[in-house]
This record gives sequence, structure tokens and C-alpha cells, in this order.
Amino acid sequence: MDEQKIKIRTFLSKHLRNHDLSDEADIFGLGFVNSLFAMQLVMFVEREFGITIENEDLDIENFRSVNAIVKLVDKKAATLAEA
Amino acid sequence: MKIELTPKQKQGREAFRAFAEQEIIPYADQWDESEQISRDLIEKMALQGYLGAVLPERSGGMGLDMITCGLLNEEVGRACSSVRSLLTVHGMVSLVLQRWGSPEQKEVWLPQLASGARIAAFGLTEANVGSDAKSVETTATPSGNSYLLNGRKKWITFGQIADVFLIFAQSEGKPTAFLVERKTPGLVINPIRGMLGVRASMLAELRLEDCCIPASNLVGQVNFGFSHVAATALDYGRYSVAWGCVGIGQACVEACLRYTNVRRQFGAYLREHQLVQQMLTEMITNVKAARLLCYQAGYLKDVRDPGAITETSIAKYFASRTAFKAANDAVQIHGANGCSSEYKVQRYLRDAKIMEIIEGSTQMQQINIARYTCQEEMLDGPAAR
Repeated sequence: MDEQKIKIRTFLSKHLRNHDLSDEADIFGLGFVNSLFAMQLVMFVEREFGITIENEDLDIENFRSVNAIVKLVDKKAATLAEA
Repeated sequence: MKIELTPKQKQGREAFRAFAEQEIIPYADQWDESEQISRDLIEKMALQGYLGAVLPERSGGMGLDMITCGLLNEEVGRACSSVRSLLTVHGMVSLVLQRWGSPEQKEVWLPQLASGARIAAFGLTEANVGSDAKSVETTATPSGNSYLLNGRKKWITFGQIADVFLIFAQSEGKPTAFLVERKTPGLVINPIRGMLGVRASMLAELRLEDCCIPASNLVGQVNFGFSHVAATALDYGRYSVAWGCVGIGQACVEACLRYTNVRRQFGAYLREHQLVQQMLTEMITNVKAARLLCYQAGYLKDVRDPGAITETSIAKYFASRTAFKAANDAVQIHGANGCSSEYKVQRYLRDAKIMEIIEGSTQMQQINIARYTCQEEMLDGPAAR
């Protein structure tokens, strides 16, 4: 869990120009997210954690914060493990 | 680091070139003049599996890696940009459904698109909305378990013959994508003719008047139509166009090498004149550089690197400018012959101009590449270096 958080926070923080990012901070609320970054985030999460973001995962709540992304990754990984 | 195609990729390129030489090049000028490609060609491409190039084998596609897919676009683009544009728009919609379609949409549509049984087109642009794509004026109003779509789409490539359209609309102010079938009541399709270039791409204007679309045809989710659905499609569109431009550039190089080897002025072959050599050198070098940028973008796509999106924009920007410059010089080298319909270079020039406008104009790329690179400079990854 901690390792996931570090990877996600590192990716987000670099994009947000080292903005001091808490695990609950709303990255959309910070106003830095554009459509390029939205797709890059999807690609980053997929590549880094070996999951596939699908139609049903397109919910802004899934990408809103470090904690939200960790939760999504865990959920997807669990589904993958069951399959 | 090794920049060399695998044996399978080389084999693919040879097969694509042989197909283009036999089935496309002999007819491309005729299609340009009549402003349509033949159904026979589409069927032949379908038989080869080319319309399913971007889809995985489990969906009935060819399961090509992105480099091989790029080579297909180069070889077809070298022959005819109109045919390449069919691969582009059909591939854009196919990839979107593969990426963001519901399980039902995938099951129904992917095999049909992969086999070429149905042709897909991309419906984003409107009369008032080009580069500012987020501002589409078409609306999708929820109505029970359906949406009512109203608006007009313009310059829709292969709109004249497509069986299904990926239409972008504002649903209560939120960008959203829908699959709209050709047979939908209220959808009126009017051909657009008389374009400067890519004349056989069978453009159409679509009028949607209270088109009732089942909610199950919504692609992705409400409000994700632009950021994820259109973005996925346009990224592939830029990739396909970039490779197509390499194809145009390559065709210019070959045409000029042939011509300068037989045409004599002042008692010497054109290839022996230094100012002609300068144009040839620029052309050859830029086409090679554009191809390398396309390889880089393709590689990053294959390894799913987040930097692939920016690299694709860079490849499209450079390749489209290169294609136009190469075609412009190719016409110059051919002189009056180059302005005649007896020579293909005039078609290359007209087609190349279109490449600087579609899938993000040169000016939009100039804004975005700088902006993206500033954004990415902090990120690790191959694209940053």
C-alpha cells in the first residue's frame, strides 16, 4: 500500500510542480488537470500497476486523490486476482 | 538501443507495399478525380484484415503492434491519402470501443469493425467547431432510457458510406460520446464534394434531428467524452496521419528520384544540378527524420508509456510539415509536368496540405507541444529525454 502511494504521489507531485500533496488532496480541485494529463494518468496507473482502466472505472471520484487512486488500483487488482 | 524492424515487421511492410502497389496506386488518381474510392478496394482491404489492424486477435483483428500498424499507414499513405484516411477514422472508432466501450458494445461492434463488415466514422467537427473541439454545439438530451441528439457535424471523413458514427455532443453541458447508426431516424447525410485534397475520402455533413439514441450506445461515461474518449481517438488519429505523411514524403522522394534521373536541362540530368540536389537532400533527410519520430511514438505506445501522447503530437507536427514541404518541392522539381494531372506529385501536394489541418492543425501542435513538454519536463520517462 505504502509503495503504491509513493509511486502515485511521485507521479502526481511531479506533474503538480512539486505541489505539496496530501493523500486526500483533491487534484482536480487544485486546477492542474487537463485532458492530456487525464489520459497520462490512466496510462501511468495501467503500466505501473498492471491493470486496465475500463469504461466502468471512468468516474472522477476514482482519480480525485492519491487515496482514491490507491483504492481503485486495489479494487482492480483484486478483480484481476479473482479472474 | 536498437532501431531495426523485427523480421515479422519487415514481412508486414513488404506485404502492405505489395498490396498498395497492386490494388491502390494504379487507381489512386482516378479515385481522386471521381472523389470516391471503390467498394471493391474496401472489400479487398477487409479480406487482408487491414480494417481490423488496430484490434486484438480475440476481437477478430490483426493484433498488430503499433510499429507494424504504423507501417501499414505509411505504405497505404504512400499510395493514396484518401485510402489511408479510411484506416485512420475506422481505426479511431475501433480503438475507442476497444478502450472505452461497454462489454456489450465490444461484443457487438468489434468483430464487425475488425472484419470490415461495418465501416465506422468519427463525428467530432462541426461548422463552428474545429480546433476548439470541447465546444461542440450538438446536444444530447436525456429522455427516459435514451438520448435525443440534435446538431450538425461537418467534414466527416467517409461519412458518405459509414455504417456507424462516433458522435460527440454536450449532454447537459457535459461532453459525451455516442454510437449513432446510419439507419437512425432523424440522421440525414449529405455528401461534401470539391475539396482541395484527400478528395476521395467521401466527406459528409451529418444532420441530427431528434435522433433517439439508446443509453446503451453511450461510449465511456457522461463528461468523459472529450478528456478520455475523443483524446484516445485523436491520439491514434495523429499517429495514423503522421505515418501517412511519411508515406506522402516517401512517395515524393521516389517520384523525384525517378524524374531527375530522366529529365535533362542544360545538357545534364536534373539530379546533377546542385539546387535540385539541395531539394532532394532536404526531402530525403526530413522524411527519414519523420519516420524516426513515428518509430519513437510507436515504441512508446507499445510499452504504454504516458509520454507517448506528446511524442505522437511531435511526430504528427513534424511529419505533416515535412509532407507538405516535400510535396511542394516535388512539384517544383517536376515544373509544368508537376502541375499536370499526368503526374502524381500534384495530388501529393494537395493531400499534404490537408495533413497540416486535420487531427490538430500545425498551429495547435505548436501551442500544445511546448505546453505538454513544459508539463512533462518534471516527469521521468523516455519521452522526457
